[in-house]
Amino acid sequence: MSVILDAKGLNKSFGAVTAAADINVAITQDSIVGLIGSNGAGKTTFINMVTGYLKPTSGTISFDGRDITRLNPRQITRLGICRSFQIPQLFNTLSVSENLRIGVGIVVQAGGRWGGGKGQGYDDPGRAVDAMLDQFHLGPYRNRAAGLLPEGTRKLLDIAMAMVVRPRILLLDEPTSGVSADEKFSLMDMVMAAVQEHKVTVLFVEHDMDVVSRYTDRVLAFYEGRIIADGEPALVLDDVEVRKFVIGGHAAAAGGGGHA
Amino acid sequence: MGARVVSQFIAVLVDGVVYASWLFIIAVGLTLIYGVMKILNIAHGSLYALGAFSAVSLSAAWFSQGYAAMGSFAMLALAAVLVGLVFGPLIERGLLQFLYGKDEVVLVLVTYALFLILEDFIKLVWGVDPLFVQGPNGETPYGLLGNFEVAGLTYPNYNLLLLGVAVLTGLVLTWSLNSTRSGKLLLAVIHDREVSAALGINVSRTYFVTFTIGAFLAAVGGALTAPTVSVVTGMGAEVIVMAFAVVVIGGLGSLPGAALGALIVGMVRAAAVHYAPEVELFSIYFVMAAVLIARPKGLFSGAEVRKI
Amino acid sequence: MKLDRTGLSLIVVVVMLLVSGPFLPSWMVSLLNVSMCYGIVVLGMMLLMRTGLVSFGHGLYYCLGAYAAGLIDQVWKMPDMLLMVAGSIVATAVVSAVLGLLLAKYREIFFAMLSLAFSMILYGLLVKSASLGSTDGFNVAAKTVGGVAVEGDTLRVTVFSVTAVILGIAAFLLHGYLASHRGRLAGAIRDNELRVEYMGASVFATVHFNYVVSAVLAGIGGALMAVNIGHIDPEMTYWPQSGEFVFIAILSGTGSVFAPLGGALVFESVRSFAYEYSPNTWQMVLGITMLVVMIFLPGGLWSLFTRGKAKEAAT
Repeated sequence: MSVILDAKGLNKSFGAVTAAADINVAITQDSIVGLIGSNGAGKTTFINMVTGYLKPTSGTISFDGRDITRLNPRQITRLGICRSFQIPQLFNTLSVSENLRIGVGIVVQAGGRWGGGKGQGYDDPGRAVDAMLDQFHLGPYRNRAAGLLPEGTRKLLDIAMAMVVRPRILLLDEPTSGVSADEKFSLMDMVMAAVQEHKVTVLFVEHDMDVVSRYTDRVLAFYEGRIIADGEPALVLDDVEVRKFVIGGHAAAAGGGGHA
Repeated sequence: MGARVVSQFIAVLVDGVVYASWLFIIAVGLTLIYGVMKILNIAHGSLYALGAFSAVSLSAAWFSQGYAAMGSFAMLALAAVLVGLVFGPLIERGLLQFLYGKDEVVLVLVTYALFLILEDFIKLVWGVDPLFVQGPNGETPYGLLGNFEVAGLTYPNYNLLLLGVAVLTGLVLTWSLNSTRSGKLLLAVIHDREVSAALGINVSRTYFVTFTIGAFLAAVGGALTAPTVSVVTGMGAEVIVMAFAVVVIGGLGSLPGAALGALIVGMVRAAAVHYAPEVELFSIYFVMAAVLIARPKGLFSGAEVRKI
Repeated sequence: MKLDRTGLSLIVVVVMLLVSGPFLPSWMVSLLNVSMCYGIVVLGMMLLMRTGLVSFGHGLYYCLGAYAAGLIDQVWKMPDMLLMVAGSIVATAVVSAVLGLLLAKYREIFFAMLSLAFSMILYGLLVKSASLGSTDGFNVAAKTVGGVAVEGDTLRVTVFSVTAVILGIAAFLLHGYLASHRGRLAGAIRDNELRVEYMGASVFATVHFNYVVSAVLAGIGGALMAVNIGHIDPEMTYWPQSGEFVFIAILSGTGSVFAPLGGALVFESVRSFAYEYSPNTWQMVLGITMLVVMIFLPGGLWSLFTRGKAKEAAT
């Protein structure tokens, strides 16, 4: 299996705070990778570096053999690395279908250059939007302003907006946060169905270990900016250090409450 | 030759300071209102004009009674107080209080509508002919105070009054913001409106007081200008855009910024008037654009907080 | 570009104007002329507002377009109406493309203030330019249209017709642009610039392009106004003029290209009637109208037509 995303020796510090310390990870095509770790462990920093929002202090990131370390978010997106956000980033005054239509338009305009020349295009913008609405069960909301959606649906639209711009790698930042417990699995099922249909590699940050073990084929555990465990979900989730620093820490934080 | 160059240079400095004083008095109210309420008040120009027109009427009434000409200064002050106390509360309570929290640009447009309304209000009350602050024998507050001389050039002492009022305004505002209880509350509101309200500070009252003080300062500017010019409709439009230049250069909402902005605009204009009169207006707005391009938030601007 | 309902309606309106032009009383022709010129300018304001920007200095391009037309007449002695419009397009496109590089990074009040500063710079230059008539400006007259000499009543009707056709073309093209892949980005940028970049489109390039389009529209409006009124002066770039454009745009709303056209007509009608009957209170009438619209109709007059739809979208 070929490596699609390769991070080598990534370091990132904000003044005295180290958010990433010597991160080395190679992601193979078509894998589904879970990123776990307590708050501040460096998961979102990793995603922000891959998508160009933050520049690493040192180290390189390459995508499909191409160095993307110094590219900006727009250029990275156009190569096929697309993301969703912990807090949904929507076009609040526009309708749900228009939110998706914007993305379709951007892909169509880029023509054959999308995805670094390897991306899929769209033939019929209207049908493309409909298909995406169906895929994410957003049809009933198509004419509603995105700003007026319930929280779980906002989350879904946010992910659909990342999917609609034809990713080759999809990065999801806490896709199930703010989603009720009984909706979590149906949301992830929808995402996974879409991902499999279009052969997309996925990395997602997740706090719910049930979700992690059910959907991933590989887990990266972060602690204090480092990756402390990397491997099959069952092995990583059983790891002593992971149980102590990640799962235990998370449970303690959740149990203690009020831990920002 | 050398002497002429020096005296012209001194003339630029004196004119620049006088002009800066005048600009500061007007702009400081504008920046205060923006700092506290986040409203860039176009109607500030109308309040300035109202101050000037009221000064004309009150001093005319004073002169017509045959009272001592010196008393006309009291009339200028009274005009500013009246305009501040009548129009400030009227505009804030009657209109603005219903619009807080709206987009900044929308609020600018609201004050633009207000500006249009007040312009016609002035026409209705005072007509469209030029008016003057003048006694029956041509005496004006401008000439009453005598003259002073610098490097062989004569200036009316009235200019020193402008400078005095400007310095006093700056000092009083700085002192009351930093050293009085209400001033500190005001600074808290400037810093964070929501938190201030949550802490029990009466934000609505703060806005009311701020706007009234701002309106008063605009009227002070107008009343003090009235004796030096012909008071005509449209004077507010001319002044407001210059006041914008001043506060934008200094940094919107900054008190020291307004002072620096006034000095820069004052000096630039004075230099242009003496050395290259054809670029007088151009130079002011050129500096405004240049500052905005180099430092988008003005010369005195705080650090920006990252939003994401 | 598909011919939808808006496109068809535009054609109908322009044809109606062309057919009725010769029979309309002259006061109505002047009213329509001025409304059409303003309408073209406000089309550009609408595009900016859709992008989330309010310019307090679009008088700059309105004036620039008018002076370009004036110079073609006075300096080059080529008083052709179409040439004047072409000249205004070139002049405003070049200037806005350069200034746009600076302005496209600014938002909100800072965008408004920097555009204000630019427009006042032109004002400062023009009032001191004796060769261009300083504060008095100078007269402009078109004597040919597309190389054909016209005069008298024919000229009056021709100018009206050409103005109507240019308005129709401008509105038609803008309508097509707003529905295009790129045009749709305007609303997205207004709502969430971060997301636009993360969907792979350039916010800067789009804002810059929209700024240039709006400037060119203002320039065309200015050139046509110069031809219609026959006189230009620096007041065209003084800030209350720019304020008036913002005013009409707010009054109109941004729902459709018909909104600015209707808004401009309403504005000019209110102004000319108020001016006729009460010359000292027309601004007051405008100001009050504006307050009422902003407080009770935040979507502008156009939202009166789409209220049912908006409710449907909100439920």
